[in-house]
Amino acid sequence: MNLIIQQARIIDPSQQLDRQTNLYISRGHVMAIGDQTPDGFVADQVIDAKGKWLIPGLVDMRARLGEPGKNFAGSIASETKAAVAGGITSLCCPPDTDPVADTQAVAELIQRRARQAATAFVLPTGALTKGLEGKLLSNMHSLKQGGCVALSQANQPVENPLVMKNALDYAASQDLLVILRCEDQELKNQGVAHAGMVSTRLGLPSIPTSAETIALARDLILVEESGVRAHFSQISCARSVEMIAQAKQRGLPITCDVAIHQLHLTEMDVMDFDAYTHVSPPFRSQADRDALRMAIKTGIIDAIVSDHTPLGRDDKALPFGESTPGISGLETLLALTLRLVEDQLIDLSQAIKLICQQPASILGIHAGCLQVGYSADCVLIDPERYWTLDRTQMLSAGKNTPFNGWEFNGQVEMTLFQGRPVYKVNEV
Amino acid sequence: MSPRLSSPNLQLNEQGKLKHFLSLEGLKPHHLTEILDTAESFINPQTQEIKKVPLLRGKTIMNLFFEPSTRTLTTFEIAEKRLSADVMNLNISTSATKKGESLLDTLWNLQSMQADMFVIRHAESGAAHFFARHVAPHVHVLNAGDGQHAHPTQAMLDMFTIRKLKGDIFDLKVAIVGDILHSRVARSQIQALSMLEAREIRVIGPKTLIPPFPESLGVHVYHDMKSGLDDVDVVIMLRLQSERMKGALLPSEKEYFNLYGLTEQRLAYAKPDALVMHPGPINRGVEIDSAVADGPQSVILQQVTYGIAVRMAVMAIIMSNAAQLAQAEQENPEETR
Repeated sequence: MNLIIQQARIIDPSQQLDRQTNLYISRGHVMAIGDQTPDGFVADQVIDAKGKWLIPGLVDMRARLGEPGKNFAGSIASETKAAVAGGITSLCCPPDTDPVADTQAVAELIQRRARQAATAFVLPTGALTKGLEGKLLSNMHSLKQGGCVALSQANQPVENPLVMKNALDYAASQDLLVILRCEDQELKNQGVAHAGMVSTRLGLPSIPTSAETIALARDLILVEESGVRAHFSQISCARSVEMIAQAKQRGLPITCDVAIHQLHLTEMDVMDFDAYTHVSPPFRSQADRDALRMAIKTGIIDAIVSDHTPLGRDDKALPFGESTPGISGLETLLALTLRLVEDQLIDLSQAIKLICQQPASILGIHAGCLQVGYSADCVLIDPERYWTLDRTQMLSAGKNTPFNGWEFNGQVEMTLFQGRPVYKVNEV
Repeated sequence: MSPRLSSPNLQLNEQGKLKHFLSLEGLKPHHLTEILDTAESFINPQTQEIKKVPLLRGKTIMNLFFEPSTRTLTTFEIAEKRLSADVMNLNISTSATKKGESLLDTLWNLQSMQADMFVIRHAESGAAHFFARHVAPHVHVLNAGDGQHAHPTQAMLDMFTIRKLKGDIFDLKVAIVGDILHSRVARSQIQALSMLEAREIRVIGPKTLIPPFPESLGVHVYHDMKSGLDDVDVVIMLRLQSERMKGALLPSEKEYFNLYGLTEQRLAYAKPDALVMHPGPINRGVEIDSAVADGPQSVILQQVTYGIAVRMAVMAIIMSNAAQLAQAEQENPEETR
């Protein structure tokens, strides 16, 4: 099928493109961009996109899809539908599925289900250690062969530094990307909120920033020794930003991301024990949030993720500390990132880089841009349209968002995956 | 922009009066003085005996204790019975929730048995807020201690004791000693003392037992008893909550007593007429020496007695506010809506 998206403002930072023109799609791929119709191109469908923005489909480096297993709500089918409603066409899922994604079979199952749903690319992450137990190395090479784009421990620690060192060395020898989330469990001490003013007042068991920075310090040293390509996921505090900036200056092959909700909320949002604000890592202080925002601006942080964790109603219908941490984030990643542009923290091009081009580049996948020959995954946005997030109307099986009732400017009007419209606003 | 709107104060009704009693945070000084003044009326000045009154006749109060308690449960029960309410004590830790029933289902089932008020103790901070958010509009929730968050009736009975014995709280220096980190009592006491404009609130203890940002509570922190107790009017000792302590917070109880135990010698740093208080249960030889616990400055047992009056006061105020609101709604439905 041939399709033209006409006269959209096409924004693709990977080719420094930001102008009003046409995008030609043929057989699911970008065929050309420009005002001239390519020779021999006959359109089966024309989309008039005047006044709209056309950007690459978003690449989310961390989204749980609820399958296989019962740890989280939803299924690959339901969550990829939610993803494209939020403009995300490629998703990387952590290995804390049930069973854990520590075998080629599980990795292939995830991809098979995703192909059946045919709504978005799903890229599995394999477990760094068997069963995520932090004891034995997983079969990393076979996971890579099974389609895993990286290895990670999801939220589970590798407490033994020798096991971690060996895992990183082995991954380096297989040229695998390792995604690390740093949290020292002893210092976390079953805490549920940031060790700050609010947890002090509310008496919530607290998590100091040192739980993150001490684990980060250890892992940075081991990454340096092993030379593995490492991506630090979900950093949450100012000191981590400093440490990563210093490590980058020293030439370590590292990148990092932040969860979008960390750029908007702080510990103050926990003040009324709202279980929807129970996340891991916890919402930190205003100063931490400001440092993360500054790191987005200066490029220290390479990517923004949704950290989508779809949970059932009962997971949050509990007192704060007993509730399950996590936010259903697929449908707000783009909107909350555009809010950073509205807040004049970054420009539109930078924003798109952080959620499209850079995550794709870190994962080493052909996505996140609209270059000729790439899969035609793109998002048409109406920049003038205001909308209000209504938790009950979310497509994800998880309605767990603290952003219910927030007003956003800029709505996804249509998402195309492999040149096919897979989402149209008001047609769900 | 659309930042989250701050929630309306869950504890207050449309007229700004107490509907639930969850925490002292968010209340105004007049709410506290109303409780203290009402508690006075439940004490017979001649005999210190509390007479049974029919204020809550026909009302059903359920004491839901998810955590073990003797003193608090008993004083609540006595207070409820002296107000003539029908009382049910439910030890939830050994019942429905152990069979897998969710907290909300338990709550809603009990609510369907036409409870008017729940008195709740729970190990999670914020549990009382959670229950208050989910009960029917005509049901009231009293926090009898939630996690490390709040124990507002305990703090109010402490304020009542101080006011009764010192005349006023204004201008007093108060020191709270011990395990501040895990203490819901301390958090509520600090809030009450600041609201009632105590001159200075001090907390004393090793750094391992002080929460991370004590200045946000408006207190002065001391790590030694000599300077911390210097010239104070009231010394409130706290129990070491070993059951909540994870990790190595203290070398030993003996060393703790050597550094922070209240002995007669240490009490001498305070004003000669300083009150010695303790929310109980006391651990003799761990946080307090018997000579002090049983000494002339100790008001620990008076706290227990006044606790009944204070709890009666809180329940009476809440039910009276509800009755007033219902009457106002009946008389003028448009204005009160």
